[in-house]
Amino acid sequence: MATVIELPIEVYQGPVDPDWCPGCGDFGVLKALKLAAGRLGIQPKDLVVVSGIGCSSNLPGFIHAYGVHSLHGRAVAVAEGIKLANHDLHVVVTGGDGDGYGIGIGHFIHAMRRNIDITYIVMNNQIYGLTTGQASPTTMKEVRTKSTPRGNAELPINPIALALVSGATYVARGFSGEPDHLASLIAGGIAHRGFALVDVFSPCVTYNKVNTYPWFKQRVYKLEEDATHDPSNPLAALEKAFEWGDRIPIGLFYRDTQPTYEDSEPALKNGPLVRQPLGVSKELFDRLLEEFL
Amino acid sequence: MREITIGIGGAAGDGLDKTGDTLAKTAARLGLYVSAYNSYQSVIRGGHIWLRVRLAEEKVYSQGDHLNVLIALNQDSIERHAPEVEPGGAIIYNSDKLHLDPSLIGDNILPAPMPVAALTKPFGKVQPVMQNTVALGALLYLIGLDFETAANVLADTFRHKGQAVIDQNVGIARAGYDYAREHFVPLGYQWTFTHVRRPFITGNEAFSFGAVVAGCRFYSAYPMTPASSILHWLAAHAEQCGIVVKQCEDELAVINMAIGAGYAGVRAMCGTSGGGFALMTEAVGQAGMIEAPVVIIEVQRGGPSTGVPTKTEQGDLNQVFGASQGDYPRVIIAPTDTTDCFYSVIEAFNLAEKYQLPVILISDLYLSEHPETIEPDALTHAVAIERGEIVTEWPAGNGRYKRYAFTRSGVSPRALPGTEGTLHTAATDDHDEYGILISDVYTSPPVRRKIHEKRMRKLEAVLRDLPPPTLEGPEEADVTLIGWGSTKGVIREAVRRLEADGIRANHLQIKYLFPFHAREVSEILRRSRKTICIEGNYSGQFARHLRAETGISVDDHIRKYDCEPFEPRYIVEQVKAILEGRPRTLELSREEAREVAYHYIRTQLTEDLRPGQIQRLDANGFDEPVWEIEIITRQSGERRGHLLIGAETGSTYLWQPVS
Repeated sequence: MATVIELPIEVYQGPVDPDWCPGCGDFGVLKALKLAAGRLGIQPKDLVVVSGIGCSSNLPGFIHAYGVHSLHGRAVAVAEGIKLANHDLHVVVTGGDGDGYGIGIGHFIHAMRRNIDITYIVMNNQIYGLTTGQASPTTMKEVRTKSTPRGNAELPINPIALALVSGATYVARGFSGEPDHLASLIAGGIAHRGFALVDVFSPCVTYNKVNTYPWFKQRVYKLEEDATHDPSNPLAALEKAFEWGDRIPIGLFYRDTQPTYEDSEPALKNGPLVRQPLGVSKELFDRLLEEFL
Repeated sequence: MREITIGIGGAAGDGLDKTGDTLAKTAARLGLYVSAYNSYQSVIRGGHIWLRVRLAEEKVYSQGDHLNVLIALNQDSIERHAPEVEPGGAIIYNSDKLHLDPSLIGDNILPAPMPVAALTKPFGKVQPVMQNTVALGALLYLIGLDFETAANVLADTFRHKGQAVIDQNVGIARAGYDYAREHFVPLGYQWTFTHVRRPFITGNEAFSFGAVVAGCRFYSAYPMTPASSILHWLAAHAEQCGIVVKQCEDELAVINMAIGAGYAGVRAMCGTSGGGFALMTEAVGQAGMIEAPVVIIEVQRGGPSTGVPTKTEQGDLNQVFGASQGDYPRVIIAPTDTTDCFYSVIEAFNLAEKYQLPVILISDLYLSEHPETIEPDALTHAVAIERGEIVTEWPAGNGRYKRYAFTRSGVSPRALPGTEGTLHTAATDDHDEYGILISDVYTSPPVRRKIHEKRMRKLEAVLRDLPPPTLEGPEEADVTLIGWGSTKGVIREAVRRLEADGIRANHLQIKYLFPFHAREVSEILRRSRKTICIEGNYSGQFARHLRAETGISVDDHIRKYDCEPFEPRYIVEQVKAILEGRPRTLELSREEAREVAYHYIRTQLTEDLRPGQIQRLDANGFDEPVWEIEIITRQSGERRGHLLIGAETGSTYLWQPVS
């Protein structure tokens, strides 16, 4: 293992400043991501940040790295393609709860089943921010929003439980109000070989008047401080995933070592696809043609 | 030129395809040309499968439109196809189980009943599917093909199952061959076997093989007929060829993964049919916006909606043109034949990378799935691979890297993730030269105008890269037949037949649909005396595109949407009707009325019935002329009732059983 040379946060200073509302939780996530990358000594050229659409999905534009700001809900799929093309890259997906748990939930679940080595940071503000305050898949039941004036009739998605039962091998939850803690969770996710979910409580100060900073500050506690929690036990993790109310856990719920999707791909054994020579040898061509004769 | 068409009919699960494959490969190894078409259905077992294999001493350009020998694997196939067998032909069937009513066939047709149970008895207990092998043996004798060559094909086919299975198959085929030799007079085919070995290949195989040769390293797909065989071929060869082949959860993932892989720097492709393409369309525009190369194969089948899943049509053109919101540069290519599939995919990768845009190859079930022999040297491994401008180094003195630099060509040199000094975000929101969004706080109408022009400008260079279409046949002609994509072969064959009948026709086949050679096509068509557009859809989607691009309205149309491929005879008849000014009608023909009756029997009556005499009635109590179809029993021919089918609407008005 080579010695990690930590990089200062300034290395990742993006070309423009974020256009998020003052006080937005996403600032904390951006900072935590930069801190995490720095701690791991990841060169900006080797980091690709992929997002979908929404406030939080603007993040790739605010960090000095490669990035794709893709389509609503499709970031995970784009990221998987990038990872399979060049598995030497660190691929991080950033987005919101609508993007990831609504329109993109299919890709989310299947990426976890594959245990492909990407890190997915979901800035979960329990509301649609960019479209001015409608209910999201994680809006709590009975919460009134522009689209649910009589109160939300649907149960919220439980991303932690969903990740646990879908095969994610690193499942964590952070809080924008705890950027250092969050940075350690993100760093753990990026360093982890396999699919890592870091769900982040990232309050929307403009449209979510229920799940505010104070609301979370009163409730969250760190799993690391709970000596009884064993992150290698999936059932214990699942139990923690259902803890919601006066006390809400943040931290590492679960971590497991499993082969990644890339490990199962014979074509990747000789290094990243992007470095394989193009075309075929005459000998291989002749062998393939022979099959048609 | 000597040629013969063999039809094999049965139900799904009867193993027709294996029989057809052995026959085709045998003929191909002997040096004959082969073109086959499998008209199948979306069932695992049952239904009616109709495979046609055309063999000839010279290249044939379609599966043809006639029938010389029928191998019937079930009663249905005898009854439906025996009447089509031309004089001098034969009908081979298992006489233990099936019955050939002499009234079904014309003069000079050889019935070739095969006592399958007796012939296979020496080989122990055999699967029912072995009746095919008996029939194949008899066929080889009747049409004068070499038995040993067929035995070698069988040996190759069953090699993985071991010598015992090979011996059994070859032995049973031999028994069929010997029985035919003892009991039947051969049909008198005298072939010249050149023994030239030609690849026998489908369009989808050619796409797959071409992709490998072009350096494709990533293929993603969701299973969908008729594109699935690309997935199957590439998956089977992935390890050998160093390709990641990914079956995804849906077509949204399929194309987004391919775009991700293309952005990261590998040659990436995905394939689907119309329904899957509908799901992909938003991402096609994404590739246009972030300027990521991607190749998409869209294999059309009968639509709309789930449509006719296992049948062919050219009905997705509007969708392909209309894919994604907004304007964006893309290339749409319609390969015209099997060999062209191979080269089109290579060209698609070059265009996609050189111009950093999505390239859509639009095929159809007929082109993608029918196998045919191609010339031995038609496919080559030495092809040009053009990757376009890729920035691999960015010295500090160069200033800040502009991913989307506004250039005269519209192409901005791209940098792949992992490269030092060229970091940027590829954004689907519109952006400036650096990739910074101009959708939000930095909104700038002139920057938007200029980047949009930059992107769209690529199309001018693409068009210059693409060869314009050329007119095939005499400059001076009575009629110009215009087609696009897969219909090239059948139109070419129709032109030759028209010529033989004294009608001078020429032929313009369009391969590059977008961007379009409007000037060149206009010049050609303005010289034409009469123009007829031939396409496999209801509304004339290509004719409309042609009019939009050139202002030229074609004089007439030949359109087909019964989901079976065009046949040369159909085109010839339609062209003649148009030239003679004969009115054309959409009424059910006698043959179609018979098929409708079969459908009714299968769905509403019992399996032991079939259509008998058919007559047209004008006065009948319904508001249109009707076909009156006698329904009889298969075995005895006893009249069981009659069916009245509207000649215009096709409605099954009345089933009147004999009381």
